[in-house]
Amino acid sequence: MDAFEAIKATFFQECDELLADLESKLMLLEQGQTDLETINAVFRAVHSVKGGAGAFGLEALVRFAHVFETLMDELRGGRKPCDTVTIKTLLRASDVLADHIQAAQGLAPPVDEERSAGLVHELELLTHGGEAPPVVEEDEDDFGFTPMAFDAALDEPLADLGGSGEIEVAASEAQTGWRVLFKPHSRMYGSANEAGLLLRELGRVGPTTVSVDAENLPTLDILVAEEGYLTWTIDLTAEVDEKVVREVFDFVEADCDLTVSPLGGAPALEFEEEPPAVLPASDDLDVAALLAKAAGAAPPEAPAPAPAPVAAAPEPAPAPAPAPVPPPVAAAPAPTTAPVPPAQVAAPVAPAPVTIRVDLDRVDRLINVVGELVIQQAMLSQRVLESGLARSSGIALGLEDLELLTREIQDSVMAIRAQPVKSVFQRMPRLVREVADMVSKQVRLVTAGEDTEVDKTVVERLAEPITHMLRNAIDHGLETPEDRVAAGKPAEGTVRLAALHRSGRIVIEISDDGRGINRERVKKIAIDKGLIAPEAALTDEQIDNLIFLPGFSTAAVVSDISGRGVGMDVVKRSIQALGGRISISSVPGKGSTFTLSLPLTLAVLDGMVVSAADQILIAPLPAIVESLTPQESDLHYVGGVDPVIRFRERFLPLIDVAMTMGFRDTPVVPNEGVAVVVETEGGQQAALLFDAIQGQRQVVIKSLETNYQQVEGVAAATILGDGRVALILDVDVLVTDMRRKSGRPDFKLAS
Amino acid sequence: MNEANDSQRELIAFRIGRQEFCVDIMSVREIRGWTPATPLPRSPGYMKGVINLRGTVLPIIDLGARFGLETSEPTARHVIMVAHIGGRMVGLLVDAVSDILEMNDASVQPTPDVASDQVKTFVKGIFSIDGRMISLIELDHILPQVEAEAA
Repeated sequence: MDAFEAIKATFFQECDELLADLESKLMLLEQGQTDLETINAVFRAVHSVKGGAGAFGLEALVRFAHVFETLMDELRGGRKPCDTVTIKTLLRASDVLADHIQAAQGLAPPVDEERSAGLVHELELLTHGGEAPPVVEEDEDDFGFTPMAFDAALDEPLADLGGSGEIEVAASEAQTGWRVLFKPHSRMYGSANEAGLLLRELGRVGPTTVSVDAENLPTLDILVAEEGYLTWTIDLTAEVDEKVVREVFDFVEADCDLTVSPLGGAPALEFEEEPPAVLPASDDLDVAALLAKAAGAAPPEAPAPAPAPVAAAPEPAPAPAPAPVPPPVAAAPAPTTAPVPPAQVAAPVAPAPVTIRVDLDRVDRLINVVGELVIQQAMLSQRVLESGLARSSGIALGLEDLELLTREIQDSVMAIRAQPVKSVFQRMPRLVREVADMVSKQVRLVTAGEDTEVDKTVVERLAEPITHMLRNAIDHGLETPEDRVAAGKPAEGTVRLAALHRSGRIVIEISDDGRGINRERVKKIAIDKGLIAPEAALTDEQIDNLIFLPGFSTAAVVSDISGRGVGMDVVKRSIQALGGRISISSVPGKGSTFTLSLPLTLAVLDGMVVSAADQILIAPLPAIVESLTPQESDLHYVGGVDPVIRFRERFLPLIDVAMTMGFRDTPVVPNEGVAVVVETEGGQQAALLFDAIQGQRQVVIKSLETNYQQVEGVAAATILGDGRVALILDVDVLVTDMRRKSGRPDFKLAS
Repeated sequence: MNEANDSQRELIAFRIGRQEFCVDIMSVREIRGWTPATPLPRSPGYMKGVINLRGTVLPIIDLGARFGLETSEPTARHVIMVAHIGGRMVGLLVDAVSDILEMNDASVQPTPDVASDQVKTFVKGIFSIDGRMISLIELDHILPQVEAEAA
């Protein structure tokens, strides 16, 4: 039962992938790309879900998928037009399909019968023009026997195997007997094994025909008596397991070339073409691979009349599935009676990248260990340096190579965790549809940069904030269609979701072309709620940022979707927890843009090593603009107290880090230190004053929260080459913190 | 007999100044010498900072200061007890580890009322061995935020 559950779990995993695939293909259809290939891809996805569901007896899911599939079949047969109405229905149907899958997993309550039935009716209407629903039952029995390997077979035009070869293999398996190729090495004779005895032993298993190939036998003058020159080919006609045959050679297997192949099968034919004696070892592998392929691809040959159209469809064998559809996904859910591992089924599909599923824990363990390795390597380097060895010494050079290797290992390991943000973006179209329906607005979602890669943890934790902000954009940002038309905009609002890499971080932008932030109202609400003082004079930017304050909600009517007032501050906090920043820019009447900026990984960081009051600190390199030695002439004091520094004709606040962090009580003389100009996510610049810069290096981020708690002004910690802990500065907090200290009592900053 | 065994516990006794305390031996993972810690900005006085324990960033709490006792700058003779507190690993700075005791729950006396509130937060009870008074420490409240949650 456990094994069954495991397969079921795999099926659901693959369902998720299929759904994502389905969604993306439907989006393509929506964008007008209604070619046969896309429609086929949709059909395949639905069919795969149905096939798997059938095998697990998930009736509700099967029934729904079937209706869906039937319509898709009509579409790909060209019998029904793929028009806008149909596509909209298909999109909603895919949502319900997703719900059915969730319900089947027990993750969600059963799907609302009415909703499901309604869509079934719509789908049927589109399929038959209102005919009575077809009887689903008649197909049901077949489901267990229509494994998705079928699709795999359609995907790859069997080029690798050649259809005939496959049948031969299938046939030969029905025959009984084995052809054994046996070529002893000298070692076998050396360990006092005798080929004749083995042949006799094999003869006891069943009738054998033995032939010897002596072609390699050299002339007597160069013959080495201890060498093995002979190759035997033994045809064994007996109904025995391959294992029995191999058992005979059990003790000598390591000392000979042994190939066991079914008698009369395709692989055997291959041998006859070549002189068996020169069979290189690699051919053995080929045989194994061919057998595996044959085993994987054989099911399609089984008489599976399935949902008739599949087999009957006059399908011009489609080119190997389009790149974004990894065929393994389509092939994988094959719930054959014997659990074929997905990888095996996928094996013959050459163009697809080969993937494996690995438990995330294992990857994380690896990453942790590599992190330790990096630290250890740095410590070692430092020790060697301290020992006074010449830079040209063998040890130092070896260490340099080691460092390069370490870095490469680290990068490779990090790449394992990197994932495209697609997995999150793909969930959004549905959300947008539902929210748009709920608030009766017309919304078009445009996504860009789905292939931008970022650490898995970051990807996972992006879903919630993005969901939230999209809801907000539709609910608060966009106007009603009437208002939009009145404002001279198209009735359909556009929400854009984009991801891009920018200076070592990933930036997510969510923008709408709605009404923008109503600053008057935002300010009034903030005053009403006591978040700011009534007389506070705020810049537009500051007003926009008020929406991130806890307990702020602008929606006049609290809707189902958003407006409970926990919105943006929660978003802000969850982004901050990831080491990210959020900012907003808004143009009244034109729309708003939220920008999230997040680190690519939560594990390493390029930093500048600085010292302040005997402490070593790390300043994140991406935040640093420039470093300079303050000149007396560039230093000024605002109000005679707060130091500022002139940097490119602008005055930036000069922050004594050691003092701000409480490492020292008296300020350092500015021109004895080093000023590092930094820029916050909000684009604000400031100069941080340190005692000295020590260098630049990649550091492994260690959370302080694991064993302690968040510390203000500190983003995380790391371990230096000498084994000591150094703190990584939170530049944004340092800069804004300094601003708060400089006094703005009328503006309570959310912190 | 069984009951007695059930409540039999092993404790690690340690000294801070002239006072003796103890904690359950099961919550102590290892004991190591003092190494200079990296101070954390704006942390309470009893937070000595963080050290590297084989790749883990370990916060160090000066237990004496946490109890409100007078403490001096740590030296190489001071000792860090690495303890598990509610899923976290924390280093506790004490003067010296003195003993491993076996103790029966029944012999623990409640903390007398004369003790200050700060002491009572951490001291679960007291008991005597060979005429020495040893206070049994409850580690759950040692970390600042745990304390905040409890409040």
